Amino acid sequence: MSRFPLDLGSPGWEYAPAPEARTVARLDAGAQGRLFIGGTWQDAADGATFPTHSPATDEHLADVALAGGTDVDRAVAAARAALPAWSGLPGAERAKLLFRLARMLQERAREFAVLEVLDNGKPIRETRDFDVPTAAAHLFHHAGWADKLDHAGLGPAPRPVGVVGAIVPWNFPLLMLAWKVAPALASGSTVVLKPAETTPLTALRFAELCEQADLPPGVLNVVTGAGATGAALVRHPGVDKIAFTGSTAVGKDIQRTLAGTDRRLTLELGGKAANIVFADAPIDETIEGIVDGIFFNQGHVCCAGSRLLVEEPVHDLVVERLTRRIGTLRLGDPLDKNTDVGAINSPAQLARIRELADVGEAEGAQRWTADCPLPERGNWFPPTVFTGVSQSSRIAQEEIFGPVLSVLTFRTPDEAVTKANNTPYGLSAGIWTEKGARILWMADRLRAGVVWANTFNRFDPASPFGGVKESGFGREGGRQGLHAYLEPSADRGGIDG
Amino acid sequence: MAALVLPDLDVDPRTLGDGEAALTAFLRGLPGVDRVGNERRAAQLATRSLKQDTKRALIDLAIRTVDLTTLEGADTPARVRSLCARALRPDPADAEVPPVAAVCVYPDLVATAAEAVAGSSVRVAAVATAFPSGRASRTVKLTDTREAVAAGADEIDMVIDRGAFLSGRYGAVADEIRAVKEVCGDAHLKVILETGELATYDNVRRASWLALIAGADTIKTSTGKVSPAATHPVALVMLQAVRDFHLMTGEPRGVKVAGGIRTTKDALRHLVLVNETVGADWLTPDRYRIGASGLLTDLLLQRQKLRTGVYGSADRVTLD
Amino acid sequence: MAERVRVLRTAKLFIGGAFPRSESGRTFEARGADGTVLANVALASRKDVRDAVVAARAAQPGWAAATALNRGQVLHRVAELLEGRHAQLVDELVATGVEPDAARAEVDGAVDRLVWYAGWTDKLTQVAGGVNPVAGPFFNLTVPEPVGVVGVIAPQRSALLGLVSVVAPALVGGNTVVVVASEARPLPAVTLTEILATSDVPPGTVDVLTGSVAELAPVLAGHLDVDGLDLTGLAGVDGVDRVALETAAAEDVTRVLPPPAEEPDFHRTPRGVDRIMAFCDLKTVWHPKGP
Repeated sequence: MSRFPLDLGSPGWEYAPAPEARTVARLDAGAQGRLFIGGTWQDAADGATFPTHSPATDEHLADVALAGGTDVDRAVAAARAALPAWSGLPGAERAKLLFRLARMLQERAREFAVLEVLDNGKPIRETRDFDVPTAAAHLFHHAGWADKLDHAGLGPAPRPVGVVGAIVPWNFPLLMLAWKVAPALASGSTVVLKPAETTPLTALRFAELCEQADLPPGVLNVVTGAGATGAALVRHPGVDKIAFTGSTAVGKDIQRTLAGTDRRLTLELGGKAANIVFADAPIDETIEGIVDGIFFNQGHVCCAGSRLLVEEPVHDLVVERLTRRIGTLRLGDPLDKNTDVGAINSPAQLARIRELADVGEAEGAQRWTADCPLPERGNWFPPTVFTGVSQSSRIAQEEIFGPVLSVLTFRTPDEAVTKANNTPYGLSAGIWTEKGARILWMADRLRAGVVWANTFNRFDPASPFGGVKESGFGREGGRQGLHAYLEPSADRGGIDG
Repeated sequence: MAALVLPDLDVDPRTLGDGEAALTAFLRGLPGVDRVGNERRAAQLATRSLKQDTKRALIDLAIRTVDLTTLEGADTPARVRSLCARALRPDPADAEVPPVAAVCVYPDLVATAAEAVAGSSVRVAAVATAFPSGRASRTVKLTDTREAVAAGADEIDMVIDRGAFLSGRYGAVADEIRAVKEVCGDAHLKVILETGELATYDNVRRASWLALIAGADTIKTSTGKVSPAATHPVALVMLQAVRDFHLMTGEPRGVKVAGGIRTTKDALRHLVLVNETVGADWLTPDRYRIGASGLLTDLLLQRQKLRTGVYGSADRVTLD
Repeated sequence: MAERVRVLRTAKLFIGGAFPRSESGRTFEARGADGTVLANVALASRKDVRDAVVAARAAQPGWAAATALNRGQVLHRVAELLEGRHAQLVDELVATGVEPDAARAEVDGAVDRLVWYAGWTDKLTQVAGGVNPVAGPFFNLTVPEPVGVVGVIAPQRSALLGLVSVVAPALVGGNTVVVVASEARPLPAVTLTEILATSDVPPGTVDVLTGSVAELAPVLAGHLDVDGLDLTGLAGVDGVDRVALETAAAEDVTRVLPPPAEEPDFHRTPRGVDRIMAFCDLKTVWHPKGP
């Protein structure tokens, strides 16, 4: 190997560090620590704040206002006050404002991408190539709906649902914001957004974008905080609809809280997706799909393909090829453009992943861990694969929400379907086979809101996304997703009215 | 061992024998290639960011793997001598620039080239077998090859019979490769698949394995006369075949990408594909080549830029 | 000459296509408007709910897997049989105090409502689903699918038309249903079960319980194998804690159609597919395109 002046370590050379400049995130540029209510930046009524850290380095990034009940009251009142004018604005005008937001987000894409990396810990490759462009695409798609609501399938002149309380998780902070804010604003509704505790920064930056775009005050309000802030928003009688993405446990709490209130609710909750590999799968792309399915965003994905179901004859082969491939993943500085796997979002999440991985081992599954050095500071967990996992094992049943894959086997398509469906969840599923008829047969039978065949973890603003069973209800994306933010026209009548 | 490489193909492909049925069964049993997934993986690897030292080293590596090529009807001995001079010393102003791997010419100019590079590390490659279409009799193709080898060719770049391949006559294609291989003797045989005419990645995969089974030392994407040629997804499929063939048999074989690679950026992306698919062991001229003519100019320009920090001009890089 | 003794009917439950008595052995009296006892009706218990859910769960995959055309024909057949029992149903409604004209209109409406929903089975997917133009080389389609087993609290006043109006839409989507019939007016539901038993509706697809809403609704709401809950029939019922029902339903993220403030006028036209989609989830399928 000395013939070449390269550091040629197997399996490949080491890429020189290629870090994105963190200054692009403009972390020191004021305002981002305060609440955005009624078009103004406010401290929390009681002055409380909480810190947000970089998961990759433990570095303190900013102190952010901790919204309490009074702040949530104010935000809901601001959203209510803004509602008549916003919903009364001609759809075409709302559309232009949304298009403007989409374009401005694209213009400042690099800034948002870097800021998301700092706050979330995911690799810049993902925020740059996925989170930010997809968020902009959602705004762009829904902008076009704003003046076409008559064609959404709810009859003429549907009404906006009203004041929306949007509660988004930490795994895709900006993208989940866009999934909720875009259709809400297109419908003529106004929004109080509660970002996740550990990832508030891109939401606040997005509020700045709305300010810059001249979105009317109160149409989008951002209240940062923790669980209590979200709970105050959920309980608030001035909110007409809650749109929540997060854990199944919290989703159930929200559904209970709203019991008997007639307030509308959509829930996008957890999952334990089966990714099903048949012997005739396109093997190289399948291996890539498995990797995408579980290591995308460190496995912090509700629809992650965390249960790999492999047809028995190819089990050893798939595991062999998969582990070889995982061995080439680059874990480390998420700002490095060549990093494939970033940091675990929080110490709490890291503890949960460690606990479940230990349980997997204790339950007798074989643990394989990628041989990659972990940075000394920050929250890190190496890509991990468990083989010999039984259906009853906790790592085959519980959502780990980390870079941990459980491998099980099946013998027949029926068995694959049965095992895949044997979970209270039902968010997504994957099928890998070259046989078209089998794909359609499987897709019919899998109890999941999204079925990816010969691909995985694909998302699009025109494509409805959401779960069945305890993975939640309601859809996000496309015409059907828009329904969650609309009420049929009051004079449409009918026995349901 | 073998079963852990390809599903349902628990057989050393070298033991299939000369019969067409077993070969066809093997090729038809190869896993399919999903177009979208394959192109996605190739595109993902194209986003690898190469900085400073890595880039510098890779540019020199790229230069070392170039088959500097002239395949024009208008080629003359003078032009070939000029090409050879450049192959030996790509940058007259900088002796640290390594020579390229080989020069690649038509058979009638092999003697000229062999004389020009004699005593150096630069090899002489000849396109043979009625290049580029391959539409000639077996006799003509073998004669073409024999004469090129006799004139001093170290390497033969043959074309497969795409017509036979696309009509499913895999045995005929393999026979021809074996026949050419025999005539080659010690010369290194590169088998051009002409992937632009094979149309699907499934066909590229089958043709790759067919050529490897029939004895190709290197499988090569294209003649350069058909577009598309050396696309990243095609290169990825061929690299996977070489990787899997190595895993199944222990024999390392080479890959040559040729056709349409004109920029340093593109060449380095191809090297990333090699690195992340078969591994760094393949980053040598013995196992990897880039067939090109214009590319060398850009590689030298980029090399100068990295050394001086100043953007260069093509006028300052010698053409031939 | 002695007056002929009429044969009274025994009003039983309808579970898995059979007519069991309540496992509890209890009955209650269904009375007419004038206070006369019309029948002793089975008073279902929590174990009857359990059995009904088991039957509905067992029937669900088959009902959902039937072709849309077939499901439409099965529902239309129910309408045909209902039409054939027109006079009996009118008499039963009149006996419960409905004016004769209104009773005829209600039976007419129930038949027509079934015909309307029967026609939806093979339209729903096109109307509610579609092919999505995603920004990539993928075929991407979205189709509605049933949530599974739906627990239905049937309307109290409109014992036939209301019943049909809540049961049929759930069936259209491929769900099976466990229905708690109108507590005060259970007999039209019982008659409907006798019709269903001789129709082409597969056993277990519709399971009907008679009895106390206050007793049965919490069991249905809390049942972890019930995927949807239609509380339309709570309107006008006293003594049932709606909040408790919806809270229990949240335990397994059950889809809930909340009760209206008061019982709707079921003669009004249904609003498109809203009721059908209340118990459907959408499934989106992706596949790459490539040669």
